[in-house]
Amino acid sequence: MTVHVRDAKPDNLIKGATGDWEIIIGLEVHAQVLSEAKLFSGASAAYGGEPNAHVSLVDAAMPGMLPVINEECVKQAIRTGLGLKAEINLRSVFDRKNYFYPDLPQGYQISQYKQPVVGEGVVLVDIGEETIEVGIERLHLEQDAGKSVHDLHPAMSYVDLNRSGVALMEIVSRPDLRSAEEARAYVTKLRSILRYLGTCDGNMEQGSLRADVNVSVRKPGAPLGTRCEIKNINSIRFIGQAIEVEARRQIAILEDGGTIDQETRLFDPKEGVTRSMRSKEEAHDYRYFPDPDLLPLEFDQAYVDALAEALPELPDEKKARFVEDLGLKPYDAGVLVADKATADYFEAVAAGRDAKLAANWVINELLGALNKADKTIEESPVSADQLGAVVDMIADGTISGKIAKDLFEIVLAEGGDPRAIVEERGMKQVTDLSAIEAAVDEIIAANPDKVEQAKTKPGLIGWFVGQVMKATGGKANPQAVNQMLRDKIGTE
Amino acid sequence: MSDLTHLTLAEARDGLKRKDFKARELADAYLAAIEAANSSLNAYITVTADKAQSMAQASDKRLQTGDTRPLEGIPLGIKDLFCTKGVHSQAASHVLDGFKPDYESTVTANLWADGAVMLGKLNMDEFAMGSSNETSYYGPVTNPWRRAGSNQSLVPGGSSGGSASAVAGFLCAGATATDTGGSIRQPAGLTGTVGTKPTYGRCSRWGIVAFASSLDQAGPLARTVRDNAILLRSMASVDELDTTSVDKPVPDYEAVVGEGVKGLKIGIPKEYRMDGMADEIEALWQRGIEWMRDAGAEIVDISLPHTKYALPAYYIVAPAEASSNLARYDGVRYGLRVPGDDIIDMYEKSRSAGFGAEVKRRVLIGTYVLSSGYYDAYYLRAQKVRTLIKRDFETVFAEGVDAILTPTTPNAAFAPGEITDPVAMYLNDIFTVTVNMAGLPGISVPAGLDAAGLPLGLQLIGRPFDEETLFRAGQVIEDAAGRFEPENWWA
Repeated sequence: MTVHVRDAKPDNLIKGATGDWEIIIGLEVHAQVLSEAKLFSGASAAYGGEPNAHVSLVDAAMPGMLPVINEECVKQAIRTGLGLKAEINLRSVFDRKNYFYPDLPQGYQISQYKQPVVGEGVVLVDIGEETIEVGIERLHLEQDAGKSVHDLHPAMSYVDLNRSGVALMEIVSRPDLRSAEEARAYVTKLRSILRYLGTCDGNMEQGSLRADVNVSVRKPGAPLGTRCEIKNINSIRFIGQAIEVEARRQIAILEDGGTIDQETRLFDPKEGVTRSMRSKEEAHDYRYFPDPDLLPLEFDQAYVDALAEALPELPDEKKARFVEDLGLKPYDAGVLVADKATADYFEAVAAGRDAKLAANWVINELLGALNKADKTIEESPVSADQLGAVVDMIADGTISGKIAKDLFEIVLAEGGDPRAIVEERGMKQVTDLSAIEAAVDEIIAANPDKVEQAKTKPGLIGWFVGQVMKATGGKANPQAVNQMLRDKIGTE
Repeated sequence: MSDLTHLTLAEARDGLKRKDFKARELADAYLAAIEAANSSLNAYITVTADKAQSMAQASDKRLQTGDTRPLEGIPLGIKDLFCTKGVHSQAASHVLDGFKPDYESTVTANLWADGAVMLGKLNMDEFAMGSSNETSYYGPVTNPWRRAGSNQSLVPGGSSGGSASAVAGFLCAGATATDTGGSIRQPAGLTGTVGTKPTYGRCSRWGIVAFASSLDQAGPLARTVRDNAILLRSMASVDELDTTSVDKPVPDYEAVVGEGVKGLKIGIPKEYRMDGMADEIEALWQRGIEWMRDAGAEIVDISLPHTKYALPAYYIVAPAEASSNLARYDGVRYGLRVPGDDIIDMYEKSRSAGFGAEVKRRVLIGTYVLSSGYYDAYYLRAQKVRTLIKRDFETVFAEGVDAILTPTTPNAAFAPGEITDPVAMYLNDIFTVTVNMAGLPGISVPAGLDAAGLPLGLQLIGRPFDEETLFRAGQVIEDAAGRFEPENWWA
């Protein structure tokens, strides 16, 4: 196996009894293609529905039925390949992967084996301040299987073929990941790219995105260890947990002088363990061969170019634009682009306004509030227009930053037009000097000893500002108050 | 009435148009003939008498108004491999017990759209695997031909044995058949009938139970070359449901029948002259060459050097594809289910009971040649051989050869049980499998009788999508050899 090896950062190493261990992780992500119809039949690919409501003759593998490729799915795979900066293969081949299972009606899965539609690519993943490159080995198209239902009858199982034949993209990474955190970040980034592209909805609860995780451990610098594959994990959190648990299991075996058996395992999130599913000896012989019902999948470069032309801006490009054109900090830009809806929201708020101020408000106030309320940006009670109005009023001095936070809370809780709220509730910042002066004079008069101290200790001016702000209900312009106090007290 | 059944398809068509008789009379004549013969010949698995009569009556209405279609009122038998809506479609297998699809294969739908009348479903080797029609779950088919002075029943060839027997025995005006390694041409050769295996992709495979997808092709089996031309025009079509079907216009094949072979170059491949080939076959071939020459064709000796690898390569590729195609017969959704202790047990019991010995043999061979560690040595190698076989043909066609003349089979019809060694049985396809491996069109035309009075056929192989040349050259053989009808002993 040829691997371009990335060394783990020291804090990613796991301490064992015999020293440090490095975890080597590679992922096979199965992403359901967003399309109306299935990969080789006209049946609906929609999630849910009554059992067996979305099943064509082809999906049920009736005698004499033939698969016909759905061009939309091919386009989605190519677009995904382009999004992964990957090589697009102008000729690829569909193969049959043969095995028996009740929810696999044909007795084989149509997949791509030796010649996938997409070749090598790369995904950039931000880990804190660092950006790592995760190699993509390939992306291929394949059919999903149906679902066996075991709990409806005491002795029999039922089969629901709604998913049978739905198009999946299997995206195989190189073993470039070195920690559970990196793996989680990779899947998060991959999901973000897919969502930007509109090629997969990334909905892990519905199974639209799931991962097989390959884990092995080694002493840093040693040859690669034997890997185990943990199948079909459908949450990013579980991916991280499974890796931790599996790595520690392998390390414990190795440190006890044992060896790792190459096998397929399942993660049990309730017990927090992985369990053997089948050993290498029990592994299926899939007897792959080119599907004679399907011609090789061929298209020309112009076809790919047209799809590339129509590709939306992806997170990496968007982040670079936010940094270069809008002057955002890379970290903030990264936070904003992680989710396309957030980035879109931010851009709506930032349009024609101070982008950095907009970014601060979106990241610190809005995302914070949504996180607390466990809501998505799509569910935000504060619209981009509303937040934009708040930012506008800060920028033009109508309200102070502190009042703005109060205003935000009101809009969050009650809704309404922020300008009207400011007007109705008298939240406008007072910049009228005569109105401020009375308050300033009053505070000075009431605290003669502090005034004396402040003459030599300018730091005390802050205390006076606070008192004035309190007296004016926060509406006074702090800069104006500060200046006036300095003038009147005569600070050096 | 029975003389109506002895009309060729073209004669029946013309008679119906002239209103010499009604479609209903024609259908009834065939239904009566089937009734009388089927216990002896076992050509039909199911007879759809009601359907035949109502379709014939509909045709009569159209014939009355002159609104006729190309096959108006023509009674046909359909090989059980074709899915026909609401009618027994089981590939003559136990594993598909009770299966009646609610869809119609493209080829049969084309035939009904052109006015043909369905008589029933024809017997065949189980899943089209066999060369003698002895592997059917519905029992063997008997050849209407017998050796002179003998009561010994003979096989009709396979796998389209029911189609061949029904056509030779006047139990239909024509039949659909399929050819994966010779399954149309070999039984045509053994029953004195004409059978055409069109170019791969000429007819849609949609709705035909798959045996070996890269080799399977539907085609007609009938009593004359002209009848084949008429049927193929209706059967052929491009089909968006079969992406291996080819979008080429379907010519009026009948129009070229009778144009002769003057100026055509007919190739004679030396590799088809096998050691130990019967003198009678050799003589028949020579006679064919003379007929072609007499009709004005130029005869050239050609070489197809990879011919000897065709049969072994075929018996890797076809079983490999079959092993996968037949995986869907698992007892889960349709057909036979034998209950078991768990799912694996149910699979094993259902498939053990559902498949016959020959099908099992091929599934095992196919599974073996695709398994890890053997794939390169068998399947991949066979595919390379296939490319070489194809290239052999491309080379001679590039040199100007218009068609190739060979015997159809190395022997005449034989008795059931006479060939028990599978490999000896496979040798019956030695002259026909190359055509499937190369995806080319081929036709078998009766060319004479052997010393025992049994029919023998000659095969013509053409360029891709040049079925027209085959019908032209086939008609030359038919004209020179005459037509052959068995003596009626069965009814």
